[in-house]
Parts: sequence; C-alpha cells; structure tokens
Amino acid sequence: MTTWLLRRILQALLIVGAMSVTVFVAVNVIGDPVEVLISPEATQEERARLIASLGLDQPLWKQYLNFVSDALRGSLGNSFVYNEPALGLVFSRLPATLELAVLALLIAILVGIPLGLYAGLNPDSKASKTIMAGSILGFSLPTFWVGLVMIMVFAVQLGWLPSSGRGQTVEVFGVRWSFLTADGLQHMLLPAVNLALFKLSMVLRLTRAGTRETLSMDFVKFARAKGLKPARVIGVHVLKNIMIPIVTVLGLELGSLIAFAVVTETIFDWPGMGKLIVDSIYVLDRPVIVAYLMMIVLLFVTLNLIVDILYSVLDPRVRLESRT
Amino acid sequence: MTVTSVTDRNSPTLEVQDLKTHFFLKGGVLRAVDGVSFTVGRGKILGLVGESGSGKSITGFSIIGLIDPPGRITSGRILFRDRDLSKLSEKEMRQLRGNRIAMIFQDPMMTLNPVLRIDTQMVEAVLAHDKISKQEARARARDALGMVGIPSPEERLSAYPHQLSGGMRQRVAIAISMLHQPDLIIADEPTTALDVTIQAQILAEVQKLARDHGTALIWITHDLSVVAGLADEVAVMYAGRIVEQGNVDSVLDRSLHPYTHGLIGSVPSQNRARKRLVQIPGMTPNLLDLPPGCAFRSRCAHADMACEQDPPITTPEPNHALRCFHPQREYAA
Ligand SMILES: Nc1ncnc2c1ncn2[C@@H]1O[C@H](COP(=O)(O)OP(=O)(O)O)[C@@H](O)[C@H]1O
Ligand code: SF4
Ligand SMILES: [Mg+2]
Repeated sequence: MTTWLLRRILQALLIVGAMSVTVFVAVNVIGDPVEVLISPEATQEERARLIASLGLDQPLWKQYLNFVSDALRGSLGNSFVYNEPALGLVFSRLPATLELAVLALLIAILVGIPLGLYAGLNPDSKASKTIMAGSILGFSLPTFWVGLVMIMVFAVQLGWLPSSGRGQTVEVFGVRWSFLTADGLQHMLLPAVNLALFKLSMVLRLTRAGTRETLSMDFVKFARAKGLKPARVIGVHVLKNIMIPIVTVLGLELGSLIAFAVVTETIFDWPGMGKLIVDSIYVLDRPVIVAYLMMIVLLFVTLNLIVDILYSVLDPRVRLESRT
Repeated sequence: MTVTSVTDRNSPTLEVQDLKTHFFLKGGVLRAVDGVSFTVGRGKILGLVGESGSGKSITGFSIIGLIDPPGRITSGRILFRDRDLSKLSEKEMRQLRGNRIAMIFQDPMMTLNPVLRIDTQMVEAVLAHDKISKQEARARARDALGMVGIPSPEERLSAYPHQLSGGMRQRVAIAISMLHQPDLIIADEPTTALDVTIQAQILAEVQKLARDHGTALIWITHDLSVVAGLADEVAVMYAGRIVEQGNVDSVLDRSLHPYTHGLIGSVPSQNRARKRLVQIPGMTPNLLDLPPGCAFRSRCAHADMACEQDPPITTPEPNHALRCFHPQREYAA
C-alpha cells in the first residue's frame, strides 16, 4: 500500500512538471502582453524598460527556469495588472469558486442519485421517462444559454433570486464565505444550479444505469431470498455497489466543475477564479494565467489521487490487489 | 379438506398443484412453467431434472415468491405446510423467505454481494427473522459456517467473497440457507459450477444436514446421476411440464418416457459400456407460444399423429407417473 502510494505521488509530480512546461509555452504562444499593457504613445525606451522589468527580454528557456526556481520558493511572479503576487490573487478568489463548485456538486448528488435510483427501480413509469428526457436536456443544452434563461426567468421576470455577485459574506479564518448567510445562499443558488445541471444529469444517468444493472444480479435476488426488506436490499446491497463508479466519476468531476465554473462565473458575475482568469486572458496577464492553470493542474492531480484511494476503500477487490 | 392435527403431522412439507408461471413478453406468452404438480415430504429430497431452459429455476422461484414482471404465477396452488403461498401478501411471504423456505443458487461467484463482508451478509440474514443482538447473530453465523465444513470460520467471517474459492462461497450460501433451520430448501443446481470432488463433498454434506434437521429439499439439476444417489423422488421436466415422476428407483430403473431415456443415455456413469454418450438429438423448443401437443415430439423417435394432442397422465405402477402416448420399456438407442 505505501509503495503504491509513493509511486502514485511520484507519477503525480511528473505530471505537474510536464504540465508546467506545457502551460508556460502555451501562454507564450497566445500573445505578447506588452502590446496590451503599454500605451501606444510610449517611447522606445519606456517600452524596453517595461520589457526588462517584466523579465520578458530573456530567452524562453531562461524565463522558464526563473519561473521554476521562483515556483519552488512558492512564488509564481507578480500580476502585470495588479502588481501583486499572482498566486495570492488566484488564492484570494479560490473560496468563491470552491463554495460554488461544492454546492453544485451537492445539488448534483442530492438530486441526481435519488432521481436516478427512482428511474432505475421503475424503468417503465411515466415519471421515469420524464426524468430521463429531462436529463438529456441537462446534457445537451449549453451552460451559458441555460444560465441566461435562468436569469431571465428567476431574476428578471419573477424576481425571486438575485442574479449577480456573492451577496453578503462572513469572514471565517480570514476567508470570506457566502454560504454562511441567507443572502449569500440566495446569491449562490442560481449559479450553483446552473453549474450543477450537467453533472446532475450525469449522476442521474449513472445511477439509473448502475441500478438497472445491479438489480439483475444474482446477489440481489439472493438478498431478497434471505427475506430482507426492500429498503435493505436497495439501500445496502444495490446502493453500495453503484456508489463505486459514482464516487469515482464525481471525484474526477469536482475538478472539472471548478475548471468549467468559468462560464457560470462570467454569466452570474461571480467573483471567483473563473472570472479572474477570463479578465486576465483579456489583458494577457501571464503570471495570473499561469498561476491559475498550475493550480487547476494541481487540483486535478490531487483529486485523482484521492479518488484512487477512496476507490480502494470502497471496493474490497481493488484493496486486496493493491496490497500485493 | 379438514385438517386435523394428525393429518397435519403427516401432510407433506410442500404440495404444488398445477402451477403455471408465465412470462408476458412483447412477442407473446412464454409458458415457463405450465401445469406442474409434485409433493415433497418432511425430510425428503426431490430431484428436479431437465435440460437447461425446461423451467426448473422458474419453478423454484415461483415457490419462494421471487417471480418478477413480466412473469406472473397465473394459476395453481403452492401449499406449504398447508398454507397456500400464492395467496400470501408480499410481507407474509418475506417472513417465510430465508426463514422457513430457503434457496441456494447455481453460481456461487454471483450469489454473494462482492462489496459486503461475509459476516454482514450472514448477520443481516439472521436479524431479518430473529430479534437478537448482533453478537448473538454473529455467533450463530460462525456456528453455521462450521457446520458446513468451513475451516476457521471466525476468520472467514471477516473475509470478502472474492477471498474465498467457489466451493467455499457455495458453502457460505448453504450456511446462510441453514441459518433458520428452514422446513424447505430449494437448491438450484448448487454444484454445477464446481469441480467434481467438491461437488461430491457438498452433496454429501447437504444430504446429511437435511436428514439431521428434517428439512425437505428440492434439488434442481440437469444431471440424473446426481439425483440417483441423493433423491427419494424425482421429477423430470421438459418445456415447462413434468413428463415423468415418481420414486427415484422406479423412474431411473424402469423409465418409460423417451425423454427420460435420452437423459439417462447422456449420463456418463450409466453408459460406460458404450463408447459414446448418446446426446438427445435436436434442441429444446422455443417456449414462446408453444403449440399444444407433446413438446418433445420434434425430437422423439416414437412420435406419431397422436402426439399432436396433449398426452394424458398415466400411472403404470404406484408412485410412477408419466405423460406419453407411447411409453417405452427399452432404451431407444
Ligand atoms: N425473466 C425472464 N423473462 C423471460 N423469460 C424467462 C425469464 N426467466 C426465464 N425465462 C424463460 O423461462 C424458461 C425456463 O427458464 P428456467 O426456469 O431458468 O430454466 P432452467 O432452470 O430449467 O434452465 C426459459 O425458456 C427462459 O428463457
Ligand atoms: S407423447 Fe409421443 S412425442 Fe411425446 S414423448 Fe411420447 S411418444 Fe414421444
Ligand atoms: Mg436454471
């Protein structure tokens, strides 16, 4: 188990290293920030001074080495725009994105699993067919379009919920959170649902498929033959089996929830990392873009690792193999 | 019928009368079980024999009440200790399942839940019918494992199914079926998936357990040689019907139905003198919208015009019945 874990961590570090090169090169390809940052009337001297101060006069490989040695000391450079540490900037926006993504995930789980279970247990009922049709919509409608419709209906027409900003926040351990206030929660609801919709459809379909498949297994019939109540057969024998793929997928999807919060945050003017990255791309604020992308890479790698460990906890067959 | 306490004690554990279980499919009605009758006495073993697809499992599932849509018991009576099971509510049926009637399945690799430990799966089976503490239930589970010949049962309790061999898993399933000392166990080809030595061990153990506890046993198999050494009575099934049944010696030694001859001919041990095994020619018919008449006639060497009608039940000797227009004394080789 420990050698397995060590090997996995080593793999993860390699991936982070490879991704740092990719990100660094890619960001250099997308455009020259000097053109954006400097006013057209600036003299040649001013221009040269700016380039030197940003470290852009050095060859790319040297820039990369500087970046790595800084990164190892915990710094990813200063934002060109805000002139603050880029990492700190990204981190300051993390809580807003995180609470949005976690709420979206909760919505996806708490709505998706029961509905999927219902549809799996009653495949021929009208309600199940409606649920499944709805999940296809959730899959195929573009997030930004659904977001705009939600704003039009619930914020503009009905006026039930606010459509932009974080609302009232509370500071806990120096971090501001929206989910702890009623007003903040109200502000979170529309963007969280918007963000959750795709994952909800996915969880629902996974749960339904898993339920259908598991129900036809001999061990379910045997559990019934023991005289167990349906609640125990479904709640323990069926659910425990379908939780394995669902947990795996959801763990991996938390990363993409955070990464794809970009669209939702832009539409709902939610001041999270996604909003920051969009703004930074407009002005080619390289350190912030790099910091954000590296953060997402780290996030995915960490989540993958956690999911692997969780998977082996849930599935006794995997647990045994990894021990040998 | 008046039931006094005297007849009660002598009445069979199970009496199935004209049981019909049909599946209502898009393509038509599939008569998986179509008018089956038999009795199993207290502590007796009935061998239910037939090729794959003849309706043996569905007969078993009908008795224990686990037929799911589109299947349904359409008629007949299942008298279990003088109660008609087909009239019971789902809740009443659940109280019998695993308690008074237990079932063992064919594939031990699939019977136990792969993500739950053996103790979880056994303790829940105990607690489903007895209000005792978890510790007591666990002790009962451990004793049951010991009884079916599982070494160091305490350790096995905390194992997961995949850590046990197929034979061990089937022993666990048998132990689960014995937890409440049921009156009836339906064993659906429990040794088919296991190798021959383990098959023989398990056979002997189950036989002993059933005898010791007075448990009636329905042993489903496609292998007549298993039945020969095990059962008191035998019923031969074909296409949803019993075509020959009775005392095991009369049916096996003086079989009269061409299909039974075919089954005997395909048993290796009965056939050592001959070089090759005689396979029954042809295939089991499609049960969907099966036409009337003897279902075996497409494969029968003795079929004639008469066989397009349903053959009546005849009783050539006491406790030996069959459905055939042309009973055959000799093997139709
Ligand atoms: N769930 C089901 N739906 C439709 N047909 C079924 C179902 N289960 C069994 N059958 C049919 O019922 C017949 C008898 O099956 P079964 O009792 O399993 O046979 P056996 O146990 O003798 O091999 C077969 O023709 C099979 O195809
Ligand atoms: S009834 Fe006719 S077809 Fe059927 S087994 Fe007897 S002889 Fe053969
Ligand atoms: Mg079967």
